[in-house]
Amino acid sequence: MNPALTIPAFGPLLPEILMAAGALVMVLFGAIRGERPGYGMNIIALALLAVTFVAVLMLPSERVETMGGSFVIDGFAKFMKALTLIASAGGVILSLDYMRREGISRFEYPILIILSTIGMMMVISANDLIALYIGLELLSLSSYVIAAFDRDNVRSTEAGLKYFVLGSLSSGMLLYGSSLVYGFSGSISFPAIATILQGDVGIGAIVGLVFVAAGIAFKISAVPFHMWTPDVYEGSPTPVTAFFAAAPKMAGMAMATRVFIDAFPGILVQWQQIIVFISIASMALGSFAAIGQRNIKRLMAYSSIGNVGYALIGLAAGTAEGIQGVIVYMAIYLAMTLGTFAVILGLRRGNVMYETVDDLSGMARTHPVLAFCLGMMMFSLAGIPPLAGFFAKFAVFNAAIEADLVALAIIGVVTSVIGAYYYLRIVKVMYFDEPAERYDAMPAGVKLVLALCSIFVVLFGIVPAPLVAAARAAASSLF
Amino acid sequence: MLGFGILSGLLVLPLVGAAFILTLRGDSEAARSNARWAALATTIATFLLSLVAWARFDTATASFQLVESHVWLTETIRFKLGVDGFSMPLILLTTFLMPFCILASWDSIGHRVKEYFVAFLVLETTMIGVFCALDLVLFYLFFEAGLIPMFLIIGIWGGKRRIYASFKFFLYTLLGSVLMLLAIMAMYWQAGTTDIPTLLAFKFPYSLQIWLWLAFFASFAVKMPMWPVHTWLPDAHVEAPTAGSVILAGVLLKMGGYGFIRVSLPMFPEASVYFAPLVFALSVIAIVYTSLVALVQEDIKKLIAYSSVAHMGFVTMGLFSMNEQGIQGAMFTMISHGLVSGALFLSVGVIYDRMHTREIKAYGGLVNRMPMYAVVFLILTMANVALPGTSGFIGEFLTLMGTFRSNTWVAFFATTGVILSAAYALWLYRRVVYGELDKPALQTITDLNRREIITFAPLVLLIIYYGVQPGPILDAFAVPTESLLNNVQAALATVKTAAVAAH
Repeated sequence: MNPALTIPAFGPLLPEILMAAGALVMVLFGAIRGERPGYGMNIIALALLAVTFVAVLMLPSERVETMGGSFVIDGFAKFMKALTLIASAGGVILSLDYMRREGISRFEYPILIILSTIGMMMVISANDLIALYIGLELLSLSSYVIAAFDRDNVRSTEAGLKYFVLGSLSSGMLLYGSSLVYGFSGSISFPAIATILQGDVGIGAIVGLVFVAAGIAFKISAVPFHMWTPDVYEGSPTPVTAFFAAAPKMAGMAMATRVFIDAFPGILVQWQQIIVFISIASMALGSFAAIGQRNIKRLMAYSSIGNVGYALIGLAAGTAEGIQGVIVYMAIYLAMTLGTFAVILGLRRGNVMYETVDDLSGMARTHPVLAFCLGMMMFSLAGIPPLAGFFAKFAVFNAAIEADLVALAIIGVVTSVIGAYYYLRIVKVMYFDEPAERYDAMPAGVKLVLALCSIFVVLFGIVPAPLVAAARAAASSLF
Repeated sequence: MLGFGILSGLLVLPLVGAAFILTLRGDSEAARSNARWAALATTIATFLLSLVAWARFDTATASFQLVESHVWLTETIRFKLGVDGFSMPLILLTTFLMPFCILASWDSIGHRVKEYFVAFLVLETTMIGVFCALDLVLFYLFFEAGLIPMFLIIGIWGGKRRIYASFKFFLYTLLGSVLMLLAIMAMYWQAGTTDIPTLLAFKFPYSLQIWLWLAFFASFAVKMPMWPVHTWLPDAHVEAPTAGSVILAGVLLKMGGYGFIRVSLPMFPEASVYFAPLVFALSVIAIVYTSLVALVQEDIKKLIAYSSVAHMGFVTMGLFSMNEQGIQGAMFTMISHGLVSGALFLSVGVIYDRMHTREIKAYGGLVNRMPMYAVVFLILTMANVALPGTSGFIGEFLTLMGTFRSNTWVAFFATTGVILSAAYALWLYRRVVYGELDKPALQTITDLNRREIITFAPLVLLIIYYGVQPGPILDAFAVPTESLLNNVQAALATVKTAAVAAH
């Protein structure tokens, strides 16, 4: 049969096709309808995300390659896409009230989120270097715009510009690394690279690997490519920060896993040391640098750097157990980070948003429920049982011990104790200090996100098995 | 009912009480009173339920009883509960002390009353959980979970330096525990399970045992606390509200000792033998040094806190003497110390509630205005000194006897601790209770009220009862101690045989 005439199977792409078609319809709809108050576009976006979520769940769990091998779906891709969609939906819901009150509610915002999400889903399913790069650029370009979405605000535009300049640099590095890998392996397809790059591969391919790792580390904001994170997190509108902290992180970790496990399994010893170093550096920097922060969004930026470090422990192990740890970690991190940002979005009096740690002062008395939820998020981020964060840390450290990365595990737990200090400081400010004025009532959407996340974080310990089992199934699809 | 047994009930009951208190609306006096009564009712119900468990418990067997096992994290990491002769008395101690903590907080906690009782009830669940968990991950979960309510209790309702004390308490114990978590994972990959009964029968290789023992030691030594990682305890004790101190001294410190007897000794017997001299050395230093430190304290609670460290030195010493008297003595000391130090902190709370100071200098001549209090405090002081006729004596005597069999010099030095404890305790009593009542502030101090008498009566009676009739508690320990020692001996014997065969 003549391969040129073969029509590729579009079934596995159904979620992406749905999203892309939906995005185009939304653009048309928005252009015709013009700028109008109300949540119309947001609701369409949410509906689209929900439909796509269902479509993702209906995908087959076994590995299917299509589009000439550039696109792959398997249990892992399914799971990570589902997480990403949840994260994006969270980002949209959290933005509803905020964008309106700040006067920046434009119809492009949900569209950009949708486009960015398509990029994430592409990245998760990419099976060659070109598809990976294209997905990544779609994800990044949309992100640059929404970082600067509050375009009359200096901090927001600065965040967007910074993100764009540094992001382009990292894309360049990734592309350069990809070209080296292609040059030394002769293929852009991950399975082909995996069969060629085995054992002693020579310095060129290793340099390519390092550049690819650097590009990926930038996207997941791992040390030493984390510098943009605090500024972008602080400058972007808060719901955008919440989105950045959640959705691209899911896709980024999935991309890292896909590239290292699928394309470079034969040179595990080579990249393992890179990941171990990045992981240690991220955990340490995340713990130490957060101690001095007064702005909660900045603090959460360092917290996210640290959390990426923990998730990378699982990847460093390079085993099915390790990838299971990554998946469990990211799923639980998603709930913790969305929940925390929901509380930050609740700190509003009139037209002023408050975002320093001291503004949380005495919240346990003015807003007991809110303070309890944030307190549980903080204890969970610190990894204290019986909250969900403990199970996340347990999963990755368990994998590290299995893979004999004992030193990494010990450094990890010690930095988690150091990190506990700044999480505890937030609890201290809320519970031990004198109360300030009350904040306005939370918008319903934010409340909903916070309630769901809190329930997940607090009660996860009672029935942890379903998530762990699903993560195990997803991880095993990679091996 | 879905296979949930009485131990699950013990875990859930305090949580139900806490949930009920959370539903109370408002902060009126009526709501506060309801919260108090609900907490008291819950703790008493939990105590009664633990008595039912005790009635169903058979002291004649060393195996785990009332076992229940549910699907949890994975196939091999299960939600498994059960008790044996070591854990059952500690559960009873916990449930027994809780109502007194609630009573002690009746008037002294004036703000955020509901939250306070909720924190205490959640803490009770985690403490019971530690003692009845039969899976190491579950054990760790409860072991650490207790930090959250205790952090809040010290930080919200504590004294002047409460924030410093709460952070120190939390981070110190967390740092110790995370190493234990890694050790649990290492055991999981070695043995394929974290099921405690299975691990008790599993033989870990010697080189691994050493590391695992050290990791667990880091956690238990901090929790115990042993010298030189005891420094969080005086701070936490001084700043915690009275009931917090009672629970801290009465139950939380026992988790370390329980951990040694549940994990370190039976699972790593060779490492335990190897490290016994280290434990002996640290214990003796703890006994002598902290007793001396206690002598110079000016704060009553701090003095009792240091005396707790000294008593815990006896416990670790007895445990690692690895003979029947030593281990039973150590377990008995834990129970007795739980009652005695709990009651001592309650009695400090009595005068603190009246005078709002814990300075020894601020008191003197209390016997003139508070005769009943003087009697109670005297009995407790004597029990703390381990006078024969009080429960303190049985534990300390057995511990010293066991240690004497295993290492004479250690026993010799530890015995000086007995003298020193008499010195600091009696001197404290002399300064607080005797002498002239010349401080103007003390002229109107009142004696124990009815609630306080109700609080102290059962504690004092039990301390004396177990001093002359230690049988009921010792019987509970006897069989599991014997089985523990047999297993340790068997493990050591195989090592010796292997060593001989290798030559």
